[in-house]
Amino acid sequence: MAAYIFRRFLSLLAVLFCVVSITFFLIRLAPGGPFSSERKIPASIEKQLLLKYKLDGPEGRAMGERLARKLGMGAGAVETTGAVFSVGEQYFLYLWDLLHGDLRLSTKYKNRTVNELLAQTLPVSALLGGAAFFIAAFAGVWLGSLAAARHHTAVDAASMLAALFAISAPAFISGPLLVYYFGLKLGWLPVGGWGSWSCVILPAITLAGPYVAYVARLMRTSMLEVLGQDYIRTARAKGLPERVVIYKHALKAAILPVVSYLGPLAANLLTGSIVVETIFNIPGAGPFFVNSIQNRDGFLLGGVVIVYCTLLVLMNLAADLAYGFLDRRIKLDA
Amino acid sequence: MPETWWKRLRRDKAAVVGLAVLSFVILAAAAGPPLLPAHSADLTANQFAGPSGGHPFGTDLFGRDVLYRVLEGARISLLVGFSGACISLFIGVAYGLAAGYSGGRRDALMMRGVEVLYSIPRLIIILIFINAFDATVARWFQQAGLTAMVGYSRIVILVLSLGLIEWLTMARIVRGQVLALKSLQFVDAARSLGQTHARIILRHILPNMAGIIVVYLTLTIPAVILDESFLSFLGLGIQPPQASWGVLLSDGAQVVNPVRSYWWLLVFPAIAMSATLLAFNFLGDGLRDALDPRERR
Repeated sequence: MAAYIFRRFLSLLAVLFCVVSITFFLIRLAPGGPFSSERKIPASIEKQLLLKYKLDGPEGRAMGERLARKLGMGAGAVETTGAVFSVGEQYFLYLWDLLHGDLRLSTKYKNRTVNELLAQTLPVSALLGGAAFFIAAFAGVWLGSLAAARHHTAVDAASMLAALFAISAPAFISGPLLVYYFGLKLGWLPVGGWGSWSCVILPAITLAGPYVAYVARLMRTSMLEVLGQDYIRTARAKGLPERVVIYKHALKAAILPVVSYLGPLAANLLTGSIVVETIFNIPGAGPFFVNSIQNRDGFLLGGVVIVYCTLLVLMNLAADLAYGFLDRRIKLDA
Repeated sequence: MPETWWKRLRRDKAAVVGLAVLSFVILAAAAGPPLLPAHSADLTANQFAGPSGGHPFGTDLFGRDVLYRVLEGARISLLVGFSGACISLFIGVAYGLAAGYSGGRRDALMMRGVEVLYSIPRLIIILIFINAFDATVARWFQQAGLTAMVGYSRIVILVLSLGLIEWLTMARIVRGQVLALKSLQFVDAARSLGQTHARIILRHILPNMAGIIVVYLTLTIPAVILDESFLSFLGLGIQPPQASWGVLLSDGAQVVNPVRSYWWLLVFPAIAMSATLLAFNFLGDGLRDALDPRERR
């Protein structure tokens, strides 16, 4: 078990490394830098900016020289790259800072570190995502079991039809419609913003909607399969009430496919939260993600991507562990 | 054989409705814009007019006819959906075939690769990719003399990238099917007759997977349409004045305010998109039941 977790941890590091590298090079090699604007910036100011954001500077220069010496390139090697670091040098220096837990300064939000920006916004995103996760998991399991228990009745048909509708209405359709109806027409809930508990309800429902449906469909199929098994017939033959048969005996086995879906579910909620935070004006990490791409704010983007990837991989790991815990026949050695 | 699945599909009411809705949407998208008055796309002073005889879906902030915009959006969204799904189909089938047919360590390695890709937020990476290379692709078109294509550089790169991320499930399914088919007797027979690998794959394995491939194509198209709208909604996909459903929904969401409601900007694109997605899902489910009797409940 410990060896398994350790291996998964190593693969997390590999994934993070790849993703950080891809992000860095995509944003660096793309036309348009963080300081490019309509006005031409004077050379001296640009030099200061590059220095500030560690795209150039004495300590980096010293490190570059050390690297060059190690690689046996002689003293003059670094000077030939000119006044500004080459992309390769920038990349290694960035990785070096990341290893020390320094996500650097944002180039757009003046004088604020990426660490600080993320520390402020992530709890908000996490709360929203967590609420949606609970809604999706519990409502989905409940609806799916209900539909399976009432197989071939109107309840079954209605809930599966509702599920299809929910799947066909992603957050950017259902969100504005819910805001319009519950926020403006009825005035029951705030239309956006953040601060009180009532602000969480609409965004969380919007975010969870399609995934309630996915989970319910999965749960229903799996529950139907389990209900056809012999031990369920035995339980019924013993005279157990139907509620006990379904929620005590069948649920344990039927929930397994849902558990293995929880990892991907968390991933989808992460991406979905970007849209929901935009619709409801929630100060989470999602809007930063969108803005950082548009502003070519490489370090902020890198920070957000690192956080998203880490969360995603950890969620997947948690889902796999839970699966192994619930179904002892599964051996975790992949 | 073809009659049986067609008959089974026709008995499935939801699938028939899905097929009808899809045909209608495709027909409207193809034939609609030329039939509408020629000035529908123009900017006019007639801002935010409600639905009326002249403008059944009303007009938007710039006085453009919303019906025309929704149909244009349907064109782009469907085009992106179809072509993106076809690219992902091609990659997924080729990858799944290669992995399943070779088997052994290569198979294990290739499937491990798929697992790693599953655990990356692909949409996020693709988003960065599209926005990083949009200008570059436009320049390529310029240099290659395809000036007519320059305005479409973003759509081209969007389609390519979405195709590149949606193939994983297809690869998994194809690989599983190949593993099952490979061990059947008719494949053994073909092999002992001395047929080449290419011929066995093309003549014996692929035709037997046609059904499942069609089913997952039907389910991939809405997934790609969703991805595209997601990007466009955030302002990172299709750029105005070009319209896709995502762009229209984003416009509609922006004018939801307590003072005056311009509900038609939101409701009509939402209905068009939801109906299409729903139809694809109905059709996909129906096809799966019709083509793969073992899966039937």
